[in-house]
Amino acid sequence: MSALLSIRDLRKSYGALKVTDGISLDVPAGELHAIIGPNGAGKTTFIHQLSGSLKSDSGAVHFDGADITRLSMVARVKRGLARSFQITSILDGFSVLENVATAVQARSGSSFRFLTPAASETALNAEAMEALARVNLADRAHRQAGTLSHGEKRQLEIAIALATGAKMLLLDEPLAGTGHEEGAILIDLMRQLKSTHTIMLIEHDMEAVFALADRVSVLVYGKLIATGDPAAVRADPAVRAAYLGEDA
Amino acid sequence: MSETTLTSAADAASPARPRLAGRGALIGGIVLLALFAVLPPAATAMGDPFLVVTATRIVIFAIAALSLDLVLGYGAMVSFGHAAFLGFGAYAVVILAAAGIDDLLLQSLAAIAGSALFALVTGAISLRTKGVYFIMITLAFGQMAYFFFVSLSAFGGDDGRTLQHRSTLFGAPLIENDVTFYYIALAVLAAAFVLLRTVVASRFGRVLRGTRDNRVRMQAIGFAPFGYQLTAYVIAGALCGLAGVLLANQTEFVSPAFMTWQRSGELIVMVVLGGMGTLTGAIAGAVGFLVLEEVLSGLTEHWHIVFGAIIVLLVLYTRGGIAGLFSRLFGGRA
Ligand SMILES: Nc1ncnc2c1ncn2[C@@H]1O[C@H](COP(=O)(O)OP(=O)(O)O)[C@@H](O)[C@H]1O
Ligand SMILES: [Mg+2]
Repeated sequence: MSALLSIRDLRKSYGALKVTDGISLDVPAGELHAIIGPNGAGKTTFIHQLSGSLKSDSGAVHFDGADITRLSMVARVKRGLARSFQITSILDGFSVLENVATAVQARSGSSFRFLTPAASETALNAEAMEALARVNLADRAHRQAGTLSHGEKRQLEIAIALATGAKMLLLDEPLAGTGHEEGAILIDLMRQLKSTHTIMLIEHDMEAVFALADRVSVLVYGKLIATGDPAAVRADPAVRAAYLGEDA
Repeated sequence: MSETTLTSAADAASPARPRLAGRGALIGGIVLLALFAVLPPAATAMGDPFLVVTATRIVIFAIAALSLDLVLGYGAMVSFGHAAFLGFGAYAVVILAAAGIDDLLLQSLAAIAGSALFALVTGAISLRTKGVYFIMITLAFGQMAYFFFVSLSAFGGDDGRTLQHRSTLFGAPLIENDVTFYYIALAVLAAAFVLLRTVVASRFGRVLRGTRDNRVRMQAIGFAPFGYQLTAYVIAGALCGLAGVLLANQTEFVSPAFMTWQRSGELIVMVVLGGMGTLTGAIAGAVGFLVLEEVLSGLTEHWHIVFGAIIVLLVLYTRGGIAGLFSRLFGGRA
């Protein structure tokens, strides 16, 4: 079995509420795997557990051949598993370029350097510009990040994840809060990322999911009720009843 | 200038993100240092040579406030025990002098080493906590240091001890001269300002600033904040210890009163008043605080009330402290 990300019986409860209720899933390298599910299904919690920002109650996660169940978020990033945030999380006071260059810096040499200005490290900036070019933000590089439009911030969020050098991206609703045009830019962007990265995509927008995903899983009340290719999942009667809001 | 961050009183416990010390702050800092440099001849011309003694005290507190700004303004660590380092520096002078070591440089080295060690140990423990607990635990360590020196009867305990004479430099009583001593303190301030500006712009400083602004984001790209924050805490402690060496020589007297929690609170007020996370603001805040104290205490014996009211107004109505004013005068970001 050669899945890049392998999840076994993952669990998380808040009191009596089982937010993650025994999820098992394998994501092979190169796949774009979408997770859909109604609000409050536990999608963000699941991403928190995979990225290491939240401890699981039980279960196991293997990534790239290693057991990462007990690793911190920092250690998981260093192994190539990066995430983006549903609620935009950027350094508002930094320039767009510096946001991305900081992520490059995290994996290029020691950051215990005190005497040379980071902003003029051309190697960091060059790699950061590449990531910005990939998300079509190169022309915004010297803007203060907090002044970007919402859609541009969502693009920056992805550029930062890319700049960590990750093999796999966990994207938590990258389209959250975007309008139609902004969304189209991001969907196009993810279509390009598919060719270079394994991706787990949490998304509400059904059109986007069915257009992009190799496989789709449906999460309802902490359980995966279906996993398969988009057409099969769309046709699944349990999914239609539980999620797509249609009569079975 | 809509991007200038407001610094409101409510933000004091969780330092918001002031701009990276930009052009305005740099020019403001240079102006302040230049004014300090011409002060002695000006004081002589005005026939008020005692001004140099007051200004020495201000310069020394500016160094202490600068060091706290690294922790508070850049590291987002509200340390309520910073005055302890002033005490370590001051006691390094009397303790070494008692052992026959009068040399300013050796005393400074000892102060820096002692303060850095204390910062390393207490910082490593304090940084296991966050928010109000961090404030509490740094306060507790500061009080432990205070009571340690209170109980140190060999050096006067509660009453402290008077220095026989100021430290020597290159074997000579060079700093007995008030003006020479003033310029030495000013040189330390200028060097600290340049050094810290360099540090906050470095890779290390970038991690520190990023962690202050958004800790989870920094972890999500692979930075574990602990080591960076602890290092900043140690650098700041060492620098403040050096300020303590100068303070002991300025007052020619050392006592545990140097390191009370009130003194730690005053250092915080200086930094917030001046504008956190700008370095220039720490210097301006020390000047503002001590000049205000000097002027008001000469006017009325109830000056503390007026002083408090003025500080409340300044914090409420100056965006980003005094450094915020500089930025609006001389231009914004770097
Ligand atoms: N820290 C928490 N404490 C208690 N309940 C929580 C916590 N975080 C999330 N939940 C609950 O867990 C459920 C799943 O939340 P979340 O993972 O954010 O869902 P989704 O991202 O699918 O909308 C929700 O009912 C939410 O209220
Ligand atoms: Mg969510």
